[in-house]
Amino acid sequence: MSATPQDLPGQPVAEQRSGASRKAAETEAEYGHLVKSEYEHGFVTEIESDTLPPGLDESVIATISRRKGEPQWMLDWRLAAYAKWLEMPTPQWAAVHYAPIDFQAISYFSAPKKKELKSLDEVDPVLLETYEKLGIPIEEQKALAGVAVDAVFDSVSVATTFREKLAEAGVIFCSISEAVQEYPELVQKYIGSVVPPTDNFYAGLNSAVFTDGTFVYVPKHTRCPMELSTYFRINEAKTGQFERTLIVADEGSYVSYLEGCTAPQRDENQLHAAVVELIAMDNAEIKYSTVQNWYPGDEEGRGGIYNFVTKRGDCRGANSKISWTQVETGSAITWKYPSCILRGDHSVGEFYSVAVTKGRQQADTGTKMIHLGKHTRSTIVSKGISAQHGIQSYRGLVRIAGKAEGARNHTQCDSLLIGDKCAANTFPYIEVKNPTAKMEHEATTSKISDDQLFYCRSRGLSEEDAVSMIVNGFCKEVFNELPMEFAVEAQKLLSISLEGAVG
Amino acid sequence: MLSVKGLKATVDDKEILKGLDLEVGAGEVHAIMGPNGSGKSTLAHVLSGREGYTVTAGSVTFEGRDLLELDPEERACLGLFLAFQYPVELPGVNNTYFLKAALNAKRRYHGEEELDAVSFLRLMKEKLKVLHLDDSLLKRPVNVGFSGGEKKRNEIFQMALLEPKLAILDETDSGLDIDALRVVADGVNSLRSPERSMLVVTHYQRLLDYIEPDYVHVLARGRIIRSGGKELALELEQKGYGWILDEAAA
Repeated sequence: MSATPQDLPGQPVAEQRSGASRKAAETEAEYGHLVKSEYEHGFVTEIESDTLPPGLDESVIATISRRKGEPQWMLDWRLAAYAKWLEMPTPQWAAVHYAPIDFQAISYFSAPKKKELKSLDEVDPVLLETYEKLGIPIEEQKALAGVAVDAVFDSVSVATTFREKLAEAGVIFCSISEAVQEYPELVQKYIGSVVPPTDNFYAGLNSAVFTDGTFVYVPKHTRCPMELSTYFRINEAKTGQFERTLIVADEGSYVSYLEGCTAPQRDENQLHAAVVELIAMDNAEIKYSTVQNWYPGDEEGRGGIYNFVTKRGDCRGANSKISWTQVETGSAITWKYPSCILRGDHSVGEFYSVAVTKGRQQADTGTKMIHLGKHTRSTIVSKGISAQHGIQSYRGLVRIAGKAEGARNHTQCDSLLIGDKCAANTFPYIEVKNPTAKMEHEATTSKISDDQLFYCRSRGLSEEDAVSMIVNGFCKEVFNELPMEFAVEAQKLLSISLEGAVG
Repeated sequence: MLSVKGLKATVDDKEILKGLDLEVGAGEVHAIMGPNGSGKSTLAHVLSGREGYTVTAGSVTFEGRDLLELDPEERACLGLFLAFQYPVELPGVNNTYFLKAALNAKRRYHGEEELDAVSFLRLMKEKLKVLHLDDSLLKRPVNVGFSGGEKKRNEIFQMALLEPKLAILDETDSGLDIDALRVVADGVNSLRSPERSMLVVTHYQRLLDYIEPDYVHVLARGRIIRSGGKELALELEQKGYGWILDEAAA
């Protein structure tokens, strides 16, 4: 079964808009001084790229495929996706607004010229410097709690570490391009099996032109010996990034995957249309965590990243579990619904999300939990924070199929408004076709109260620190789900974004 | 320590404080009593810098500084502490974390080194012992799900940690049963010192049975209409506020 974003409803079930124009001026005065911080990670690294001219047609796809040294079946798959994509309409249902994208103005391939490095010494020093500016030096990352980093810079992986240790355990962790060459049977078996190229417009585009991403395979009864982590960074002006990530956890295995990203400041909107597919077999568990901090645009919203991502996990086996945790603070527009298809009996799906929109940021995000198997369970905890002119919509679908005896879902959906010009919408959508299902849905909308701020300030905390503390408290349930070092980073990131948003 | 002169303040254009004078010396405990709506809480809030009050006349100096010019956090760092009548809940914010952040904000302000987690926990344990409190409140989110008594005890605990020079207790006795009142009062008494002044804002005499003030002031209609020693509180308890109001009006 395929559950497309088009399944989602267009009608708001509940809408909370903080209006009162009388108060707006006051609030502007109140928070205005707190909202001026510039994007911290705004710089462009000069690195020589091998970039294709803008435009998309079959020859561009063939070039990408050839440069990647792909087998014929991969090219055929791409071309089939492209043919379907040409017939697909751009999705209009999300509560986000932007000018139409000219897909012929985008360059679909960009690769740093130096490739296939064996150690950090061989990595372009400019690139390493970039990581240091971001506060994530690879050297430290490697030492830090045994995190293996597959650093994705623009479209091609340039540094892959800890491969040997993973290889000992039999875990495959490499770029998707490498996987296509070295493990073609695995890739061919699983790619597109969760998110088919026809799933939606951006998934179709991604299938045609994806240039890199990550492949993970954890063999049967194997616990991946370390947290796997990929840092993404978009760094080439006018280059859209089309990542494709495929993670397969075979029977009885476990893997935790961390994805974090940030991008330099620029003038033009950048499209990011990634696809992430997760597959969990019998008794397998995949934990996927994201911290997203792409450039959100300037005060008027110019130049931010368009983050149109399709993420979906398939709990294919009995007793399998897939857990999504995301902290979304960046991007001009976010359009993202990490979902779980609970196919196996007794399988479990989880979605924990913190999303921040400030300035002119727009986010339409949520999840889908598709219960197909018996006694499947899902949990949704969504925390949305809107400040300034930020617009945020939670859009979620919980579907209990006719055969899903004894399925359970708990949804909690909280919005926090800061200031009077932002908006929070909630579009929960519930379809139950089995009478034994148990569904719970809780939703709240709140504002940071003057009482809370004054209480903190009367204890000596600055207004910024107070807001940061209150917001972090609001998000705590989600941060608790993140791996330790990621949780610290996420809190820091939230505080930094709120320095810009409110404090 | 604290000097209030001719203080007038309005809320939504309504004058609540109408020329209030008050002098508090180091180490003194002053009780402010008065009927409902007399301006007691307004006084506490204006002193601690809450927004929403407009000072239209008068001055407030605290250790020689013009208090009214300062943000609430700066007042707190200088040694002012308000124990809230209704302590505010901060969901998801761990109480220990909150206290450490508050203490370190103050230390930073004074150019002192921030306490690390270990030294802070040690300090916290000492203070718990002094106040005869257990540590059950410290692991929970700030004031969330606390009983009335727990909230007030938590306020006093914060006060013990932050070691203010001037503590304002805003109706700390409200909502407390007699046992909780005793615990809170014992805590306050253990914090009395020659360097620490207190302003105890209360409705009833009974708190003053436990926290003995050096001076008692009656606040009515935005002014202090009578001041005296602790015996004034007893007189109020017996006769109510009516006679003083009548005398003041006469």
